[in-house]
Amino acid sequence: MATFNVNAKEVKVDVEPEMPLLWVLRDELGLTGTKYGCGISVCGACTVHIDGEPVRSCVLPNSAAVGKKITTIEGLSQDSSHPIQKAWVQLQVPQCGYCQSGMIMAAAALLKSKKQPTDADIEEAMTNICRCGTYVRVRDAIHAAAKLAA
Amino acid sequence: MKPNMNAARRSFLLKSAAVSGGLLVGFRLPGIAVAAEEAKKGVEVTHWIMIHPDDSIAIRIARSELGQGSFTGLAQLVVEELEADWSKVRPEYADVNEHIKRKRVWGGMSTGGSRSIRDSQEYLRKAGAAAREMLVAAAAQKLEVPAAELSVANGVITHKASGRSVRFGQVAATAAEFEVPKEPKLKDPKDWKVIGKSLPRFDIPEKVNGQQIYAADMRLPGMLHASVAQVPVFGGKLKGYDEAKIKGMRGVKKVVAADDWVAVVADNWWRAHQALKAMPIEWDGGEHTKVSSESIKQFLRTGIEAGDVPVARKDGDVDAAMKSAAKVVEAEFYAPYLNHSTMEPQTATALAKDDSIEVWVGTQNGEATIAAASEAAGVPLENVIVHKMHAGGGFGRRGPHQEYTRQAVKIAQSMPGTPVRLQWSREEDMQQGRYRPVAMVKLRGGLDQNGNWIAWNVRQADQSILSTVDLGPNIRVKDGVDPIGTRVFSDNPYAVPNFRNEYAMRNTHVPPGFWRAVAHTHNPFFRECFIDELAHAAGKDPYQFRRPLLEKKTKDLGVLDAVAKAAAWEKPVKAGLQRGIAVVDGYGSFTAAVVELAVKDKAIQVERVIVAIDSGYVVNPDAVKAQIESGIIWALSALMHEEITIKDGRVEQTNFADYPVLRLAHTPKVESLIVPSGGFWGGIGEPPMIAVIPAACNAIFAATGKRPRSLPLKHEGFSYA
Repeated sequence: MATFNVNAKEVKVDVEPEMPLLWVLRDELGLTGTKYGCGISVCGACTVHIDGEPVRSCVLPNSAAVGKKITTIEGLSQDSSHPIQKAWVQLQVPQCGYCQSGMIMAAAALLKSKKQPTDADIEEAMTNICRCGTYVRVRDAIHAAAKLAA
Repeated sequence: MKPNMNAARRSFLLKSAAVSGGLLVGFRLPGIAVAAEEAKKGVEVTHWIMIHPDDSIAIRIARSELGQGSFTGLAQLVVEELEADWSKVRPEYADVNEHIKRKRVWGGMSTGGSRSIRDSQEYLRKAGAAAREMLVAAAAQKLEVPAAELSVANGVITHKASGRSVRFGQVAATAAEFEVPKEPKLKDPKDWKVIGKSLPRFDIPEKVNGQQIYAADMRLPGMLHASVAQVPVFGGKLKGYDEAKIKGMRGVKKVVAADDWVAVVADNWWRAHQALKAMPIEWDGGEHTKVSSESIKQFLRTGIEAGDVPVARKDGDVDAAMKSAAKVVEAEFYAPYLNHSTMEPQTATALAKDDSIEVWVGTQNGEATIAAASEAAGVPLENVIVHKMHAGGGFGRRGPHQEYTRQAVKIAQSMPGTPVRLQWSREEDMQQGRYRPVAMVKLRGGLDQNGNWIAWNVRQADQSILSTVDLGPNIRVKDGVDPIGTRVFSDNPYAVPNFRNEYAMRNTHVPPGFWRAVAHTHNPFFRECFIDELAHAAGKDPYQFRRPLLEKKTKDLGVLDAVAKAAAWEKPVKAGLQRGIAVVDGYGSFTAAVVELAVKDKAIQVERVIVAIDSGYVVNPDAVKAQIESGIIWALSALMHEEITIKDGRVEQTNFADYPVLRLAHTPKVESLIVPSGGFWGGIGEPPMIAVIPAACNAIFAATGKRPRSLPLKHEGFSYA
């Protein structure tokens, strides 16, 4: 049994230590907001926060997350009130939406480390793939969220 | 309006029978009295509109939500005429099983070809208007006043003279008893209040908090997960596999095999996939194991060099005009296979029970899904329940091709009573696509002494999609010509007096599919870059060269002028930049683009992309803007990065690492020009991208003096700065 702290709750799961955290979240804990996109840490759809840092959970053995604070999209806020979520609705960012949990978690982490990110900061931090091409709005919404949070 | 005495109408009263997916199914049999319990639940006032006593309204949506906004845009069309209170409206999928049982009452369900709005706008607006008339008739009866004295707004019907009013929910049950008017009066477009408004999309709130349930997120009691391996050489067979090697692996429940695939079922998808990777599998590649991208190119070349080939269009006498030309320009182009790479890999969940089957899937065509599930399961359509889920990207991948649905059904049937969720790995999704076909063209253009374009010969060597899929009698291969493959040439809007479009079909074993914008992805690149080349040969400005040739095509000209104006084309471009222009129509809309960029040592900095679109009417301007942004990213991605190559008969690429797509860092400034001229309904999902690739290539020529002839540009040493 491994004990995880997910969205401020302690949960015990009986899994092999090498199973990537993504599949513990999705298939063992039913937290399906975090998505599988590539399985090789390239697309970012599986991004969660571990101790506040953005991490691609599809290649992270779950054993590496034991004893750390894991936050998924479901735990980012209780009521979609995080500035990133608000800006995302305001600017109507998502299209198909499949990549957006990861996109939002990456953006929230960026906003935490940089209160007023520049375009260059955004370009550097936001490497998640969105096939619908929501990038124009992602960029604008991060700036909008920075204003909301200020 | 007379009450309809036909008891069958009552049967349209749906009861809210929640099944495992939480969707509405079930219907009342004719002649059975309406139970009080059911009356609380709402009635159908036309099959598109379900009105509840609390005034909440469900609008049935037959097309699929892929993120393009169909749930919102299609509801806007109904509500415009219904005069309902928008805040009380929610869209829901029209049930596919009901659709079959009710003789396709919701019309087409296919969500492709940018058709959702343009194909259904009339019957949706009529449904809204018909329902409004029925509600008004019911209100007139209740208030005992003439219908003509009633007015409707925001879901309330008012009798002004007496100051009395009733809400939709109060009269819906009576309204449902009336016959549906066949030709209800529609509003004049100038009176629209809902159509043309940027209403927020219904699907967005659940897409920012992880609550949106995609097919990949289906969770049912006792559900298992499956990962599949399909024969990597298309057309090959499964020869054997060694199940013993994965015996005892944790969580593994079963191995299911078919002619050309094998799947492992486990209690967790990762475990299923690990076991699948660990299991030795032998394939029989069949007759195509020697095919390579190089051999395919040589095959296409035979189409370029062949003597007589089918002709898709012929105007005037090309050969004579070409002989008389003062100058002849000749160019060849090539475009590769491309994969959709939807962010959600192909996924379907299925549950087999006795002689019925239930599937949960993100689909672009509910009818194609139910047909595939029925066929795979060997049960009649009536016994198949399809739960349509919002798709994690579509782009044409989830339409007529439903292999994942068939596979999930087969797996589920081997374990009756157990729901199984099949999700393809990204590698499988990359290697088992339905690819944008390869294409090669040879173009010859003749100019007279004054630089007028007098002759044009187009020779296409092209893989045909319609040779592999039947979209019905209106669009089939005829006399050797695939009518989709020739688009952009056969419907060329330019006034060239002598024009011939030759088409040499060259089909390979690589399965082709409908990739967003289909032939409008590569044919505009060929055509519009060639026209740029002709303009230069004629010593004319590429914008001015096009204008007289489009004199009679006022819509094409309109968008061309719009981008030229926005780019201040008459003035020199900003220092350090170069620009290109293109105009293309397709999917009922007209679009043009100007791309401004700089090239330094083969590093391309795309500074600004201007796209103008005339779709006639616009239902939701912000959704159109989003599709313009989306189309630009889609085009720039294909332009630089994307290519599927074949080696030993199979796809070489495996994942986003070797099939890179555009990322945020290379997103240019976007200028969207929505210039609706009214009077028609054009598509939006595909058109915004179609002029972008040629406009960019024309800008690259302006910057480098070299014409891109082949995509993606990375092969010519280019990258994005």
